[in-house]
Amino acid sequence: MLPDDIFQLGGKTFSGRLLVGTGKFPGPQFITNVIRASGTELVTVALRRVDLGSRDYNILSYIPKNVTIMANTSGARNAKEAVRMAKIAREAGCGNFVKIEVINEMKYLMPDNEETIKATEELAKDNFVVLPYCGADPVIAKKLADAGAAAIMPLGSPIGSNKGIRTKDFIEMIIEYSTIPVIVDAGIGKPSHAAEAMELGASAVLINTAIATAEDPVLISRAFALAVQAGRYAYLAKARVSQDKASASSPLTGFLREEG
Amino acid sequence: MGFSSLLEKYPKEYVSRYLNSVTEEQVKASLDKANHEIPDFLNLLSPKAADFLEQMAVKSREITIQYFGRVITLYTPLYISNHCENSCTYCGFRSGNRIARNILSLEKIEENAAEIAKKGIKHILLLTGESRKKTSLEYLLAAVQTVKKYFSFIGIEIFPMETGEYALMKEAGVDGLTVYQEVYDREIYERAHLYGKKKDYFYRLDTPERGAEAKLQSVNVGPLLGLGEPLSEAFYAGLHAFYLQKYYPDVEISLSVPRINQAEGACEKLFNIDDAVFVRIITALRIFLKRTGITLSTREKPAMRDNLMSLGITRMSAGSRTGVGSYAAREKQPEQFSIHDERSVEELTRMIVSRGYEPVFKDWEMLR
Repeated sequence: MLPDDIFQLGGKTFSGRLLVGTGKFPGPQFITNVIRASGTELVTVALRRVDLGSRDYNILSYIPKNVTIMANTSGARNAKEAVRMAKIAREAGCGNFVKIEVINEMKYLMPDNEETIKATEELAKDNFVVLPYCGADPVIAKKLADAGAAAIMPLGSPIGSNKGIRTKDFIEMIIEYSTIPVIVDAGIGKPSHAAEAMELGASAVLINTAIATAEDPVLISRAFALAVQAGRYAYLAKARVSQDKASASSPLTGFLREEG
Repeated sequence: MGFSSLLEKYPKEYVSRYLNSVTEEQVKASLDKANHEIPDFLNLLSPKAADFLEQMAVKSREITIQYFGRVITLYTPLYISNHCENSCTYCGFRSGNRIARNILSLEKIEENAAEIAKKGIKHILLLTGESRKKTSLEYLLAAVQTVKKYFSFIGIEIFPMETGEYALMKEAGVDGLTVYQEVYDREIYERAHLYGKKKDYFYRLDTPERGAEAKLQSVNVGPLLGLGEPLSEAFYAGLHAFYLQKYYPDVEISLSVPRINQAEGACEKLFNIDDAVFVRIITALRIFLKRTGITLSTREKPAMRDNLMSLGITRMSAGSRTGVGSYAAREKQPEQFSIHDERSVEELTRMIVSRGYEPVFKDWEMLR
C-alpha cells in the first residue's frame, strides 16, 4: 500500500511536495495551467510583480483559489526592506506565508544570510509563516529555525543556474539536524534533480526557472510533480526498509542467542 | 575612482589590433565556454565572429531565457526639460542649437505622468538636458516627489551629480540612474563635446560609480553607438558594466546600446553600424555579461526591435516621445532624437504577446 504522506506547513496541509515560483513565465495563463498540471498547492509570487491596481493584469488573479500564495521579498537588499515587503504583501491580501529573499549580490544572487535571519526573527514574531531562502549551511539553518522559521529553504545551486544539487553534502547535514521542514530552493534544473533532493529527505522542493523557461512549461511541470513524488516514495521506502530491518523478528544476529 | 584604471589597460590601438587578429578557432573556443572572460568577449565581438552569428544568437537567446525568462520589462521616458549647458555636436538639445527651450512646471509633470500611467506603465525614466541652473537639484527632487505616486520604479537621466546628491535623489524616490559615456574614445569625446561640464571625460566616466556608491538600486551605462569605432566602443561599454558589477555587486547593472540617429542639427561624422554588426554586439554582450539587463530604445525600427527581443534584450521603452512634455502637449515639441518605433504601449504589448513573451509593467516595489 502507498504511504499516507501529508505535508504540513504553517497550520495547513498540502497533498503535494512541489512548490512552484511564478516568475519568468511567458504569459500569465501559463501560471494557471502549470498549477493545474503539476497539482501544486503552494506557489510563490514576487511582491514586486504584484500590481493590484492594474486594469488588465494582476498576477494574483491567475492563481486558483485553493492554492496558497506565499509572497516573496525579491528585490529586498536588507532585513528592513524584506520586513516591509512582507507586510505590504499581507495587507495586499497575499496571506501570511512569506518567503524571505534578501539579496545583495546581483550577479549570482546569493542570499544574505545575516539579514535573512534578522528578517525571519521579526516576521515570525509578527505571526507570519516564514520560509527563508538561505545558503546551504547547517549552522545558518539552525539559527533560522531558532529565529522562528516554519521551514528552511537552502539553495541547491545559484538561482536560475539549473545546475542541480551542487550543495548535496550540506543539504544532507541540514536535513540530518533540522527539526523543521527543509525545502530545497534554487538551482533545480531537471526533474531528476528534484527526485534527488527528495530522496535525500527534503520535505519539498521549489521550482521556478526550470518550469517557467522550458519550451513546454505545462508538460515539464507535470514531470517535476511526478519526479517529486517518485523521490519522496524512494525516501519513504528507504526509511521503511531500515525500520523493518531494525525490528526484524529474526534479526541477523539472532543466532547468537540460539541454543546450540 | 576606479574604472579608468581598467580602461587604461585596453588602449584602443591594442583593442583594434586584437579584434582584427582573432581567428576562427578562437571564436569557436569562446563560444563553447560556459563562463566568459574579457578575451572571450573580444573574440565574440571580432570581425571573425561574423561567421558565427547564428550560433551566437542561439546561445544569447538561451542565456537570456534562462536568466530572465521570456519577459520584457516596459518603461516610458518623460522629458521634463531640454535646457542644456553642454554642446555635444550630435545632440538636438545641445546648447547653441536654436530650438524652443522648455521646462515643465510640476503641474505639467504631473499631467504627463498621469497620461503615461493611464497606459499601465509603472516604470518611468525622467530625462532632462544637462543644466544645473535650469533644472536644479531642488527642482528634480520635487519632480520625483510629484511622479512618485504613479509609478513603482523611477529612473533618472539628468546631469551627472555628486554621490551625496544621488543619495538625496534616492531618498526622494529614485531607483535607477542612466548615464551614457556617449563615446569611450577620448579623442572623439574631446571633439564631440565642445564646452560645458560634460567636456570633463573622467568626471562623466565616474558618474555611474557615484550612483552606485549612493546605493541606487540600478545603474545603466552605455555608449551612443556611431560616435566611435563601434566594436571597440561596445567592448568598452561591456567592460564598464563588468567593472561596475564586480565592484558594486549590490547594484543591478544594465546596459543600453543605442545606435545614433540624426538629431536636429547634428554635425558629427558618424560610423555606420549595419544590422548584422549591431546584432553581434548585443549577442556578444549577453554572452559575456549573462545576467545584465540590456535596454533597447525606440531609436530602432519596429522590425529590429521585435526581432532583438528574443536575442538578448530585456527592457524596452514603450510609447516614447522625446519632446519635452509631449504626452500632454497640444503642439509638437522639438525632439532630442527622432523615434523610429511610434507604436503605442498597447500595440507594443500586443506584439510582445504575439511572440510568446510577457510584457512586464511592474517589476519593482517602491519602499520609500
